[in-house]
Amino acid sequence: MEYFLQLFFSGLTRGSIYALIALGYTMVYGIIQLINFAHGEIYMIGAFVALIVAGVCTIYGLSGVSILILAGVIAVIYACAYGYTLEKVAYRPLRGAPRLAPLISAIGMSIFLQNYVLLAQTSDFLPFPRLIPDFAFMEPVAHIIGSPELVILVTTVVTMILLTLLIKKTRVGKAMRATQQDMNMARLVGVNVDRIISMTFIIGSGLAAIGGVLVASYIGQVNFYIGFLAGVKAFTAAVLGGIGSIPGAVIGGLVLGWAESFAAGYISSAYEDVFTFGLLVLILTLRPAGILGKARKQKV
Amino acid sequence: MLQNLKQSLLISLWFVFLTFPLMVVRVNTMDQVVIWRWMNMLWVAIASFVLSYGWRYMFARQKVRKKVADEGGETRSKLQLLLEDMSFRYKAMGVILVAALIFPQVFDTYQSTIMISALIYVVLGLGLNISVGLAGLLDLGYVAFFGVGAYSYALLNHHFDLGFWISLPIGGIIGCLFGIVLGFPILRLRGDYLAIVTLGFGMIFKVVMENWDSLSFGPSGIANIDKPSFFGMDLNLADSTVYIYYIMIAMVIFTILVTNRLKNSRVGRAWIAMREDETACVAMGIDIARTKLSAYALGAFWAGMVGVLFASKTTFINPASFTFMESAIILSIVVLGGMGSILGVIIGAFFLILLPEYMRAFSEYRMMTFGAAMVLMMIFRPQGIISNLRQTYQYKGLKDKTNNG
Repeated sequence: MEYFLQLFFSGLTRGSIYALIALGYTMVYGIIQLINFAHGEIYMIGAFVALIVAGVCTIYGLSGVSILILAGVIAVIYACAYGYTLEKVAYRPLRGAPRLAPLISAIGMSIFLQNYVLLAQTSDFLPFPRLIPDFAFMEPVAHIIGSPELVILVTTVVTMILLTLLIKKTRVGKAMRATQQDMNMARLVGVNVDRIISMTFIIGSGLAAIGGVLVASYIGQVNFYIGFLAGVKAFTAAVLGGIGSIPGAVIGGLVLGWAESFAAGYISSAYEDVFTFGLLVLILTLRPAGILGKARKQKV
Repeated sequence: MLQNLKQSLLISLWFVFLTFPLMVVRVNTMDQVVIWRWMNMLWVAIASFVLSYGWRYMFARQKVRKKVADEGGETRSKLQLLLEDMSFRYKAMGVILVAALIFPQVFDTYQSTIMISALIYVVLGLGLNISVGLAGLLDLGYVAFFGVGAYSYALLNHHFDLGFWISLPIGGIIGCLFGIVLGFPILRLRGDYLAIVTLGFGMIFKVVMENWDSLSFGPSGIANIDKPSFFGMDLNLADSTVYIYYIMIAMVIFTILVTNRLKNSRVGRAWIAMREDETACVAMGIDIARTKLSAYALGAFWAGMVGVLFASKTTFINPASFTFMESAIILSIVVLGGMGSILGVIIGAFFLILLPEYMRAFSEYRMMTFGAAMVLMMIFRPQGIISNLRQTYQYKGLKDKTNNG
């Protein structure tokens, strides 16, 4: 039972990270029907920036939670800046081009960003400082769920609530929903569609960066390649939940996190990634619209 | 003018900000020191300033071209026109063929080896061109089929002592079968899902090969694979390299012939129709499932065959040869060369494989350049270096008739 609970919480932690990244995919896909392959790279850049900030702060004598917050904030700012630039450079000129063009551009951008970080920094795994302290009140349950896991869960839940409020209550959120439903109609009623698309990229990138910082401080190492696998898995989560749907991304992330955690715990950890993709193929075959997605009829 | 300058300055300032933590700061956590690389800041500023001018110029040029095209003017370049001239093409093909045939006699074994790997990528590019270029199905795990071919030969050779020539078609067919099996789940879906599924398949292949020790010998790979035998004779290293080179040339020619014929066949036209508009294609009565699967299976077939040749050339394979990066390189060959264009893909392969080979200093930046080039190509020249020559029909009798009448 204890082992089960351990796996349950590790799956929950993983799943909430996948959900954070998957939100970026799903929001972008919902608006411009593009798989933003470079999204995983934004996540990686977020983690890297946090690592650099944390490293500089440690060397210059700051300590504790203040570093975590500072590193997190700067990482989010940079990730947003990268997401914004990415959209402007690689996707905006291709609006209205054949479907394959932005997809290839996205893959190109992903390869470019990976190698940019590789060349600018290093190809080695860098150790990420342990920034999350062990809380005293977590002592009795520490063998099931540790403090870092708790921090991740709480941060994720808070972020999700804020995101939901943003989309449901604010003007920007309203404009986003309108653009998602019908881009041309939104333009007609005076929504600045280009700005809304930029906003979507910025928000998605910020969420990915939060995920990146949390994962990096949880796992304890960062590498230029981490974004690739995380990106693909988060995309799987988005598809699983129904791409384009925000609650779907959260559910998809959690399902994927549990599936991976239990499969690795009870079957074999070497084939963990195989289970993920097996699940993806299965979902695409049986229910392509995902758990929460509605099957859309294609109009001619 | 002044506005352009201001804009470029702002852009370069933005990029300096953007690249600051990654390009300038470097933390060495072991020795507890921070290395500040301020010079990089200057380089970024200069580069982004110049590039922003280039960017603007390219957009202006694109606009002019579009205007010319709208007015019915000539937008094809001189090179393109030359290539469309059939008599020139036949002459050029003859010259290239002769050059290819005498190549290993003139240059040494090392050069031939490099040439073989370039030719392997030519065939891989042409194979991927079937699914990406003609049928518009983006395949990001293409290297897995290549791996399937290589492993089938290695295992057949290891366990059953099967020779190269028997394994060649077997490798192709096994690759083809994998293509069909993988094609099934995505039949009902649009292209972008295919990209993700194939990406996943490429990863699964690598993970399985790394972990299934009893089948694939894990990460240590399979060694001592037989080289192709020449009528039962064993050749020394130099001779066998030349021999593989000629096999490769034959294979390239075979691939070109087949893909060229396929392009204008009933199936090929169905692929192109599907790429242009899937819904309209269905409405025209084309069986989309069969068309998709055939494009996919045929693409995989070539990868499987070349895989066999790759295994026999290197005599050693392990999962590390079949990473996503390889798939990305093959994809960039197709994209940069020109999707759907056979000549473009061939030129793209030589360009992308030989250039880093001869410019060692440049090879570090290889993947980064490929990535950037893919983005720029899509924005400014989506048809690639050599765009696909589409067959056009002219009614030749018209002129005479009007003269007579």
